[in-house]
Amino acid sequence: MIIQVPPTVPVVPEQLDPSAVPLAVPEIVWSAVAPALVLMIGGILLLTVVSLVRKPLPSWFHATWTVATATAAICATVPLWQRVQDNGASSEMAGTVGLDGFSLFVTGVICVSVILAALLLEGYLRREDLVGPEWYVLMLLSASGGVVMASANDLIVLFLGLEILSVAVYVLAAMHSRRTSSQEAGLKYFVLGAFSSAFLLYGIALTYGATGSTNLAGIQTFLADNVLVDNGLLLAGLAFMLVGFGFKVAAVPFHMWAPDVYQGAPTPVSAYMAAGVKAAGFAGLLRVFVTTFGPTYREEWMPMVAALAVLSLVVGSVMAIIQTNVKRMLAYSSISHAGFILLGVAAASDAGTSAALFYLLVYTFMVAGSFGVVTLIGRKGDGRHSLEDYRGLSRARPGLALVFTVFLLAQSGIPLTGGFLAKFYVIGAIVDEGLYALAAVAMLTAVISAFLYLRVIVAMYFAGPAGAEEGSEEPAEFAGPPVRIPAAAGLALGLALVGTLALGIVPGPATEVTRDATAELTVGN
Amino acid sequence: MLLNQFLLLAAILFSIGVYGVIVRRNGVLVLMSIELILNSVNINLIAFSTYHGLGGQVFALFVIAVAAAEVGVGLAIVLLIYRNRRSVDIDALDELKG
Amino acid sequence: MADVLWLIPALPLAGFVLLMAFGRRLGDPLAGVVGTLTVAGSFVVSLFALFDLNSLPTDERVVQQTLFTWIPAGGFSVDIGFLSDPLTITMCLFITGIAALIHLYSIGYMAGDENYSKFFVYLNLFVASMLLLVLGDNLLLTFLGWEGVGACSYLLISFWFTDEANASAGKKAFVTNRIGDFGFMVGTFLVWMTLGSINYLEINERVHGGIAAGTATAIVLLFFLAATGKSAQLPLFVWLPDAMAGPTPVSALIHAATMVTSGIFLLTRLNPLLEEAGWANDVIAWVGLATALVAALAAVAQNDIKKVLAYSTISQLGYMFLAVGSGAFVAGVFHMITHAFFKALLFLGSGAVIAAMAHEQDMRRYGNLRKYLPITTVTFVVGWLAISGVPPFAGFWSKDEVLAAAWDNGPAGPVMWAIGVVIALLTAFYMTRLVAMTFFGGKERWREPEELPTDPAEAAAAEHEAYEDAPDAHGHHLTPEHTPREPNWTMTVPLVVLGVFATVIGLINLPFGEKVDYLADWLDPTLAHAHEALSAGILAVLAAVAIVVAVVGIAVAWRVYAQHKGSPEKIELPAFEHALYIDDTYAAVVGGPGEAAFDGVATFDSEVVDGAVNGVGRLTQLTGRAVSVFQSGFVRAYALAVAGGAVVLLVFVVMRMSSS
Repeated sequence: MIIQVPPTVPVVPEQLDPSAVPLAVPEIVWSAVAPALVLMIGGILLLTVVSLVRKPLPSWFHATWTVATATAAICATVPLWQRVQDNGASSEMAGTVGLDGFSLFVTGVICVSVILAALLLEGYLRREDLVGPEWYVLMLLSASGGVVMASANDLIVLFLGLEILSVAVYVLAAMHSRRTSSQEAGLKYFVLGAFSSAFLLYGIALTYGATGSTNLAGIQTFLADNVLVDNGLLLAGLAFMLVGFGFKVAAVPFHMWAPDVYQGAPTPVSAYMAAGVKAAGFAGLLRVFVTTFGPTYREEWMPMVAALAVLSLVVGSVMAIIQTNVKRMLAYSSISHAGFILLGVAAASDAGTSAALFYLLVYTFMVAGSFGVVTLIGRKGDGRHSLEDYRGLSRARPGLALVFTVFLLAQSGIPLTGGFLAKFYVIGAIVDEGLYALAAVAMLTAVISAFLYLRVIVAMYFAGPAGAEEGSEEPAEFAGPPVRIPAAAGLALGLALVGTLALGIVPGPATEVTRDATAELTVGN
Repeated sequence: MLLNQFLLLAAILFSIGVYGVIVRRNGVLVLMSIELILNSVNINLIAFSTYHGLGGQVFALFVIAVAAAEVGVGLAIVLLIYRNRRSVDIDALDELKG
Repeated sequence: MADVLWLIPALPLAGFVLLMAFGRRLGDPLAGVVGTLTVAGSFVVSLFALFDLNSLPTDERVVQQTLFTWIPAGGFSVDIGFLSDPLTITMCLFITGIAALIHLYSIGYMAGDENYSKFFVYLNLFVASMLLLVLGDNLLLTFLGWEGVGACSYLLISFWFTDEANASAGKKAFVTNRIGDFGFMVGTFLVWMTLGSINYLEINERVHGGIAAGTATAIVLLFFLAATGKSAQLPLFVWLPDAMAGPTPVSALIHAATMVTSGIFLLTRLNPLLEEAGWANDVIAWVGLATALVAALAAVAQNDIKKVLAYSTISQLGYMFLAVGSGAFVAGVFHMITHAFFKALLFLGSGAVIAAMAHEQDMRRYGNLRKYLPITTVTFVVGWLAISGVPPFAGFWSKDEVLAAAWDNGPAGPVMWAIGVVIALLTAFYMTRLVAMTFFGGKERWREPEELPTDPAEAAAAEHEAYEDAPDAHGHHLTPEHTPREPNWTMTVPLVVLGVFATVIGLINLPFGEKVDYLADWLDPTLAHAHEALSAGILAVLAAVAIVVAVVGIAVAWRVYAQHKGSPEKIELPAFEHALYIDDTYAAVVGGPGEAAFDGVATFDSEVVDGAVNGVGRLTQLTGRAVSVFQSGFVRAYALAVAGGAVVLLVFVVMRMSSS
């Protein structure tokens, strides 16, 4: 194959052209990147403060600091959101950072996942004797990477955001120093993550070669103005980038790390990975594929994304059913959720994007809540995750069992929970595009996956004691040490519960917001 | 120009890297294979940048920096595992599966 | 008045929340009292709503109350709102009325159970969901109630959750209902896409001329699929007999009086759509008829008292679908109401018997209970006469209307009618068998040494043996010295009240001209009239045939089960053998081919349908196992998968390249 590059130098954003403005330093509008800055500075400050203070600070201090930082980041998005709604989207820092409703919404979702995970982490670290600020620092830094990724308007920035996000999470996954499975999870995540980032990078390089720009707006304009005679380079770039994003969002067949890593990683970290990291991954996917290549290359990438979506839906729910480890089961179910969100991506429409964003928000609450319960049931050692360990929970901890039931039912898509509307909007979006087959697959797998959530519920409420088939007149006894619910974890579960239910009962405001959170690519402001 | 040759070189390096990740059992060698892939990307970027301006070269610098950070973290994790198991055979890590 | 409509489901919901929070502390019997009072309050509100609606002019009797907008979405918005019209208020009245009685009954029936308050938690949630299903002004809200009642049913069947059989029965109910739900979801989607709304009033307004016949047929068939799941019709009826594993009040409320009728309600609610749906109506009628026949045949062969009633419920529901499919919605609703009363009565009666007999459910160990349970016997006899179609009891009037509607249903009508009459004969037969074996016959069979036949057919019954040993039995066993005792007043009062209703409820719609057609008049604003009334002459003949058939059925069964078996002076061995001989004759003559058919039904139920359900599960598991081979735990294998995926994507894009 002879690879041809456009013969003339194509559109390059002026700021990057060295001959035009030799020593131009782009104007830095700090306010535009305020949320990412808040998270990053919050993380670094926490590290500094802890190093400067002689006595070890109490565990609650780190968690409170983290929650406060993430809350501040959410607050920082509010005036920006107002600005975007009033004046429209813009891009800053020489067109590398986009400021639009989409990036701000995803920022909010990532911050919510940080808050929930930090609250869960507090009790977890005390229980496991691992108290230290590093966990929170890494989480805040990784979240800032996620925010950068979500607001990237340039492939370079996108890649940097992705790496900031990932490198911190590789470490977090391996942080439980006494669990060998945690280290295994860390290494697996690292090797495969770096491997697939390299694919993404290769794809970016090819795209750069084909279009002459790494700037998303530049690429979009270039493709709109030029018809490539030979688009092989660009298509290969798209395929490679999809591998990278597919890995981050755990789409089949790039999902294999997810069950192992979610299972092995410390449970609150799994919650953060499933909620926050995935949200950032989807943000990148949506921005690059739907917004940048949507208008011109939809026909080419849509079938690939749809195929990933269908595979994720089917493999995720089928594999989840045969699991006996609840944590691993949630990992597979999160793969099936990723399939649903990918359907929203595949719709490649405004409705699809809004549906995907709504799904991400609901999903953050549901999955963080579910992993939150799993954190508590795991008890000291973070090892009690088999279905057996949930038997009779309704007697030992009726409240916890009920909350978990709500999260599981929400994940299966029962009406009056956010999960129902999330699935509903996605299916509505793909039906609008005439993709009926995909809608049918989505509904069928939703039915299949209902069983797996049911299995856990049955174990909690109805199952007899382990291994007693006959003579099962004894009610199920909850095995193992009692489950303690630290205040912070209780707060996290409460927040997640409120979020899950509120989005199902009064979804109006959130729906409006997701509809306003459109992604736009602009050159300059 | 010699663009195609550069791209070909990059593709070969990429393939060697992928091959290395798939067949090597030694954790350190796997890391090196990943480095190989990243370097193939750098060759691509720089080759393209002769057509498209400096953007590609800037990107290549970023990639080098990120690769360094990544390898740092990677080696730390490999070291952690070596301490516990006295081995860097990644095939020995199969506790999580199914 | 319309502005308190929301109170109707809100009261039981409040009860649910209250019991959830304080149920354990309230304990036995206070938790039950709270549950009963909230449902009774809901009944009172329904009564007010009825008077309120009645005071309006006939064509203004549709009131909507919108609470707030639930899902706002450009062209598609869904409100949380309630719709009050004659149909819903009728449903509300009998649901809350019967539910209140059953709550009262449960106070006594569940006394001493360790999960006393939890039982009422679920029961209240069920009532709230059911009312939401009925009152919701759009399909989505109904679907919500639909799911809610399904979930509660599942929870209540599995109420004694230590019991394997109950848990698996609950699962079966869940699976079959999910299949039905799929139909509901797709149907709703189609309605939205073709009519642009899922609000009932708007749907019914836009249907005429707004929808192609083919689409309407598809939609109706999808909703009918949903209805077959919830209302236990062919081919999804298998869960209902198993659902009898749950406590008896649950069987009475959910699996006889209310939830199982929601399929009929749904189709009735959408009656303008059905009118456009062409042959889908025939499908509904024939499926209903076939279900009624199969279930009636199966009921003849059951020995578990609750299973007889379960199959009988399926059979009666088949009648209702026959009516709906024939376009006779009033007849369907009428039969739904009368059936709710007499079937709830029969179930509660059977519950009283079961409680009195130390939780033994096998009728072959009953006999002559009238001596010990006078009130139960009298009320049960009322229920028996009502379901058998003996005038003037309620069942006669409604069944008569259903059969008349079938007769009038096009060229195939008389055939349908004839089959319907055969079913009526079978109904009278098996109900008489039940009554005779339980209350009459003079022989107190539990006093005799155990000698139940152990032929292979009994293997099927082994499933229910499991729950006889469950905590349901409170550790009691039926011993020969056992003396059955009438239950306390909280259980007998509902029986008496229901007995009175089962006698007189037929009065709401007498076929003697316009003036006494109260129900038809009342429902007129909501329901379409598809048929001209039949002439009085034909009606009289049809009714006469129905009466004759009922009497014949009763007489035959009485001879077989009460007289021959139970002559008290011939308790000696030869007479016993003789009685068995009659049983054999019956098996050979009446049920020769029938027996095979019953067995066939049982086999089909347990092997084919169960097999299919299990098969899907097994297939899923096998697939999962196969895929999990790749999930080997080796990083390198995962990397290979990533690379492989990349290669596949690359191959795909190479095929789509635009270059020459």
